[in-house]
Amino acid sequence: MKNLIRGALALLFLSLALPSQAAIRVLATTADWGALTKELGGEHVDVYTATTAMQDVHRVEAKPSLVARARTADLLVANGAELEVGWLPVLLQESGNPKIQRGMPGYFEATSVVTLVEKPEKFDRAMGDIHPYGNPHIQLDPRNVAAVAKALTARLTAIDPAGADYYATRAADFGKRWSEATARWQAKAAPLKDVPVVIMHRDQAYLCRWLGLKEIAAIEPKPGVPPSAGYLGQLVSKLSAAPPKFIMLNAYNDPKAANWLSERVHAPAVVLPFSVGGSKEAKDLFGLFDDTIDKLLGAVK
Amino acid sequence: MSAYKPIAALVAVACASLVQPAQAEDDAAALRAELQSLKSDYDTRVGALEARIAQLETTAAATASATEALPAESPPPAPATASASAFNPAISVILAGTYADTSRDPADWSMAGFMPNGGEVGPGERSFNLGESELTASANVDPYFMAQLTAAITGEDEIEVEEAFFRTTALPSGFTVKGGRFFSGFGYLNEVHAHAWDFVDQPLVYQAFFAGQRAQDGVQVKWIAPADLLVELGAETGNGDAFPGTRQGGNGLNGATLFAHVGGDIGDNASWRAGASWIDLDSEGREYEDTDAAGLPVLNAFTGSSETWVADAVLKWAPTGNSAQRYLKLQGEYMHRKESGDLTFDLEDAALTDAYRSTQSGWYVQGVYQFRPRWRAGLRYDALDSGDTDIGLVTSGVLPVTAFPALLSGDPTRTTLMLDWNPSEFSRWRLQYAWDEARDDGDTDRQLQLQYLYGIGAHGAHKY
Repeated sequence: MKNLIRGALALLFLSLALPSQAAIRVLATTADWGALTKELGGEHVDVYTATTAMQDVHRVEAKPSLVARARTADLLVANGAELEVGWLPVLLQESGNPKIQRGMPGYFEATSVVTLVEKPEKFDRAMGDIHPYGNPHIQLDPRNVAAVAKALTARLTAIDPAGADYYATRAADFGKRWSEATARWQAKAAPLKDVPVVIMHRDQAYLCRWLGLKEIAAIEPKPGVPPSAGYLGQLVSKLSAAPPKFIMLNAYNDPKAANWLSERVHAPAVVLPFSVGGSKEAKDLFGLFDDTIDKLLGAVK
Repeated sequence: MSAYKPIAALVAVACASLVQPAQAEDDAAALRAELQSLKSDYDTRVGALEARIAQLETTAAATASATEALPAESPPPAPATASASAFNPAISVILAGTYADTSRDPADWSMAGFMPNGGEVGPGERSFNLGESELTASANVDPYFMAQLTAAITGEDEIEVEEAFFRTTALPSGFTVKGGRFFSGFGYLNEVHAHAWDFVDQPLVYQAFFAGQRAQDGVQVKWIAPADLLVELGAETGNGDAFPGTRQGGNGLNGATLFAHVGGDIGDNASWRAGASWIDLDSEGREYEDTDAAGLPVLNAFTGSSETWVADAVLKWAPTGNSAQRYLKLQGEYMHRKESGDLTFDLEDAALTDAYRSTQSGWYVQGVYQFRPRWRAGLRYDALDSGDTDIGLVTSGVLPVTAFPALLSGDPTRTTLMLDWNPSEFSRWRLQYAWDEARDDGDTDRQLQLQYLYGIGAHGAHKY
C-alpha cells in the first residue's frame, strides 16, 4: 500500500511540473474554431484541437487525451448547437474543470452568435439525426466566421484583459483580411450560382446557401442515415433526367456511395476539405475557402 | 427597381393561373423564371451587404475598448412560451430484451469453485425475456452540482435504483466529489451501463468477483492531474454493502476503493487507457446456498476480509481516428482476490465454524471490430481460476470436502462471439453465441442470444 501511495505522489509532482503557464490554454472542438482562435489569439494562446478534418465530429469520444486537455483549459471553444452532444457533456463532467463549464466565461459556443438555418419544426428521430437548434455546421459561410471572430475576440479579452490591445489589433487585422478575402471568394465563385449539385449530408448546407449552389438531392436520405441500395437506385433515375454538375462530399466522408452515383449520373464527385486540415491546401481558414472554391470551380469547367 | 416587382409577379402568376389555367402555363413559367432571376439577384446583393456588415462589425469589435467585457452575443431565441417544463432534466429510456436458446438448463449454471453471490449472473432464462428497462434523468442542480438518477425496471416487475448520485461541477484544481449510489470507478467495465456493453452479458470475472457490477452507497473523490497525459486518481468509501462486502452494523466508513487511470493518444489513429484498482471490503455473515455431502440444501456464510486487485487496459484504433467508418476496440481486465476469515457450515442447523482462506483470480480479453458502418463483430475469452481454497472444517477433518461442492476447485472458461447491427445511434440488434464451460463438470453449454436495445429521449453521451 505504501508503495502505491509513494508512486501516486511521484506521478502527481511529475505531472504538476509539466504544463506551461504562459499562454491561455484553449481547447477547440473542431479544427476550424481552433484555427480561428489561433488567428485571433496569436502567441497569447496555446490551442489544442479535439478533432481533425478527417473525423466525423458527431462520432468523437471523450477519450483520455481530451479529458486531460479539458482539465487544464482556460477556454473551451465549442461549435455548439448539439454538434458535440455525444461527447462534450461527458468531457465537461470528467474534466473536473469549473472554468469551462456551461455558463462560465471559459465556455464559448460558436453557434451562439449565428442564426442557424434548417431549424426543424418538429422533433422526431424518424426524420433522422436532426438537430433541434438548427443546422450546426456553420463554418463554411465566411460571414458566419466573421461573426464568430467578433464574439471570440470579446471572449478572449474577457478571459485575458491584459491582452486586450493585442487581441484588438489582431482582430482588426484578421477582419480586414477576411472581408477582403470574402469579397474575392464571392466574386470568384460567381459561376457557381444556380449550379445544380448533389450533396452528401446537411453539413454542406451553409456553403450551398452562401454560393447559391442549387441542392437537387442528398446522398443521405435523411440526416445521418446512410443510403440504401434502393434509395441510390431511385436517385439515379431521378437524376438521369436532370443531372447535377457535380456531387459534393467531405474529406471525412466514405466516398463509396458518392463514387457509385458519380459513375451512373456522369457527374464528378468533388472531395472538399470541409475543415482546416481537410486537404493539403486547407492549412488555415483562408486556405480552406480558397481550396473549397477552387475545387468547386474546377468541377464546373 | 421596385421591391414590389416580385410580389406583383407573384400576384400575376396567381391571377393568370386562376383565370386561364390551361393557356397560362407558358406565361407562368416565364414569370417564374423572371422571379427566380430576381430572387438570385437579391440573394447576391444581400450576401454582399451581409459581408460588408460582418466586416464593419469585426472592425468595430476589434477597436472597441478592452473594458467592454462580454460580447453582446445574441442568445439562442427564447422559447415562445416559458413554462415550468423548461427546467425538466434530460430524460432517456433504454429498452432491452433477449431471446435465449441454451443447450443446458440455465437453472443449474454455476461458476465452479466460486461462491454463489446472488447477483444477476449466468446466461439468464431461456426463450423470450424482457431485459432491464433503464430510465435516466439528469440535469445540473445549480451552479455547483449536477444530479442523475438511473432506475432499472426489471422484467420481474421490480424497480431497482442502479445509480442515484450528485456530482460537484465547481470544485477547483481538478477535483470532483460524487455521492449517493453509483457504479464504483474501479476497472474499466464497472462504470459502463448495461446498454453500452459490447456483449449481452458481463465477463465471467465481473460475475464471479462483483456479482456482475458493483454499485455502492457512499462517496467518491476523484482528482485529475493538470497534465497532457490523463492521470486520474480516485478514492471511494461507503456503507460496505454489495458483494463481496456486506453491510456493517457500525458507524463510519466501511471499506475502501482506490483507483488510478492513465491514458492518452498514440498518434492520430489510436487512444488508450490503463488502470489499477484496489478494493478492500469486510463481510459479516455473507451467506450463500450450497448442498451438503448428502445433497441437501444448506446455507453457509463467510465472515472476514476481502481484498481485490484489478488491472485494466483498453485500446481503440480507427483509421484517421474516424470511428464512423471502421474501428477496433481491444480491452482486457485481470482481477485477483484474497479472502480470509471464518466459514460457517449450515448456518441454520449444525452451525460449524472454522477458518477459511482463498486466493482466486480471473481475466478476460475482448476485441470488437466495426468492419463497415453499422456493423460490428466481437470475440471475447473469459477464464477464472478458483485457486487453492483452505477450508478449516475440511483440513481439521470435521467435514469431508464434498460438504462444500460450490468451493471445489475449478477453472471456468467461456468463449463468446457476437455480431451487432446498429441501424442508428439509438438502436442495436445483437446476435451472440457462447461456448460456456463454467460449471464444475466442465461440459459445454452452447448459448445463443438475440438481443435488441432501443434508446429514446435525450441524446446520451457515453464515457470512453
